[in-house]
Parts: sequence; structure tokens; C-alpha cells
Amino acid sequence: MQITDVVERAQLRDDLPDFRPGDTVKVHVRVVEGSRERIQVFQGFVLRRQGGGLRETFSVRKVSFGVGVERTFPVHSPSIAKVELVTRGDVRRAKLYYLRERTGRAAKIKEKRSPART
Amino acid sequence: MTRTATFKGLLGAKLGMTQIFDENARVVPVTVIQAGPNTVTQVKSPERDGYSAVQLAFGDIKPKRVNKPRAGHFAKAGVEARRHLVELRTADAGEYSPGQELKADVFAPGDRVDVVGVSKGKGFAGVMKRHGFKGLSASHGTERKHRSPGSVGACATPARIFKGMRMAGHMGNQRVTVLNLEVVKADPDRNQLLIRGAVPGPKRGLVMVRSSVKAVSTSG
Repeated sequence: MQITDVVERAQLRDDLPDFRPGDTVKVHVRVVEGSRERIQVFQGFVLRRQGGGLRETFSVRKVSFGVGVERTFPVHSPSIAKVELVTRGDVRRAKLYYLRERTGRAAKIKEKRSPART
Repeated sequence: MTRTATFKGLLGAKLGMTQIFDENARVVPVTVIQAGPNTVTQVKSPERDGYSAVQLAFGDIKPKRVNKPRAGHFAKAGVEARRHLVELRTADAGEYSPGQELKADVFAPGDRVDVVGVSKGKGFAGVMKRHGFKGLSASHGTERKHRSPGSVGACATPARIFKGMRMAGHMGNQRVTVLNLEVVKADPDRNQLLIRGAVPGPKRGLVMVRSSVKAVSTSG
């Protein structure tokens, strides 16, 4: 353990569901517009999780109007209001970069049937 | 440093860097410093010593490692022996008393500080690393001179190399002061200071945190 972990621990979040690459998630992001704050939902599949501790981030990819959109969020950022787990995906890799080159049926992720192995 | 201004200061050890989120959910890079506890071992006054300063002590040390002169010095102040002693020039030195303990709450979030430390030694470094030279071309006939400085002078006039010409040599392991850093958080319970940005030296290296020269001179 690093000595600086103590500093990070206060800000670590434990209210997020346990999600992994391949899962489809809805990320509720707090967006500040002037003085107003609203929630924006970004739905897609988790492309990767990267980093550790407070620095951990995850990327979500979706196809919007035919254009692939990827967004990276810090897992422990206070600007994430909520992460909703839609489906669990059955994938055999930790980084799903190969899905970037695929479209349509080929880009589909198999859904995990048994809820046991998490 | 002006002689009349009042400075606050703490001795500490750099623990490393990390990042935290601020209230706007923005990431702030911070250096964690084990700042204290410091003990005041001596107060210097203009009448007795010709200038006004506080001597701060920091760091654990085995009692048998303390030499006799130092042990006597600590005994005079009535405090346990510490590893490091540093003086802080400040006009309000009279308000400190020997034996007093200082904690990280000397500073508050938002304060501007300077951090003094000894930079990591890089050994004998070439001009590219030491001065940021570009080196010579990778091709176009350059042979075994890719990281060399090129020409360092002219011809028969002036027939010498000017003083101060930047060349290869020892880099690092020297006293470095980083000015005007922001204190992000002060935790007196754990005696930790979080300072925005990087500070000189390796982890566990000794650093001196004091009120910023720039902030003190503009405020009064």
C-alpha cells in the first residue's frame, strides 16, 4: 500500500454497482449549465476499465446517429450521479477495442446468462 | 525575503503525489507532505542574535545517533531530539517559545506557500537532459554526435569560450524552491498538508513549507 492511499480513501465511492467490460450501463452525469444542474444519461457498453485507486477510469462506447462515441469517466468522480447496470455482457477480454472495427450484428455482445460468476 | 515580514513555516517530508476531486468535481494534482509535528528549539531575537528567526526541528532519530552538542541544544529547549533543524526568518519570532509544538494547521486551505527541497540527483547529465538542447540531427551524416551540443563558440574572435556557456555536468541534488503553490488541504490530525502541484525531491525527502514570498510581499 502506498502512503498516499490514505488521502484518497476519503473520496473513494462504494455506491456504484460492480460493472466490468462488456456490460451495458447507463451513466448519469451531472452537467452544470450556468447556475443550473441537470442529469444527462450516457448509455453504452463498457469498453475498458483502467487505472487504480482514485485514478481509476472507465470508458463507455455507444453508436449515436451512425457515429461511434466514446466517453471516459473517472469511476470515483462526484460528477457521476449514478451508474445503472442494464445488462451483463459475456466477453473474454478486458479491453474490448476489437469492437470498434465492427458494426451491426458483429458488434453485438453476448449477454451473460448465469448471474453466478461475477 | 524581506526582513520585516512575518512568515509561517513547517518542516516536513514529501510522501508522494496523488490526485483528489475538488468541490466542482475537477481533478486536482496534489503532493502529500508529512508536515510536522515540528518543535520550536530556539527563538532568535535581534537583541541577542542580530536577527529574528525561529528554529524548527522535525523527524524521529534514535537518541544514540544524536551527537553531544546537538543533544545539549535539544535539552536546553526541553524537547526530544529530532533529526533536522532549520531556521525560519520571520519578524514575529518573539511570539514563539522553545518547546512549542507546531502542527499542520499552521496553514489553511487557500494559503499560498513556497516549498524548498533538494532535487533528485541526476548525476553527470548531458546538455539535452540538463539544458533541454535539441541535440544534432539523427541523419544527414551525423556520426556518433546525436546528443552533443554542437558548436560552443566562434573563431579567432573571441578565441575563447564565454563563461556560463551551458554544457554537460552535474544535474540535480541541489536546493530548489518552488514558489507560490496553493495549499489544498491541511489535516492536523494526521499532520498532512496537501499542496497543489509538484515539489522538489524524492519521496521521504525533507522539504520546508513556508508562506509564499510573493503572497507576503503583496499583502503587506
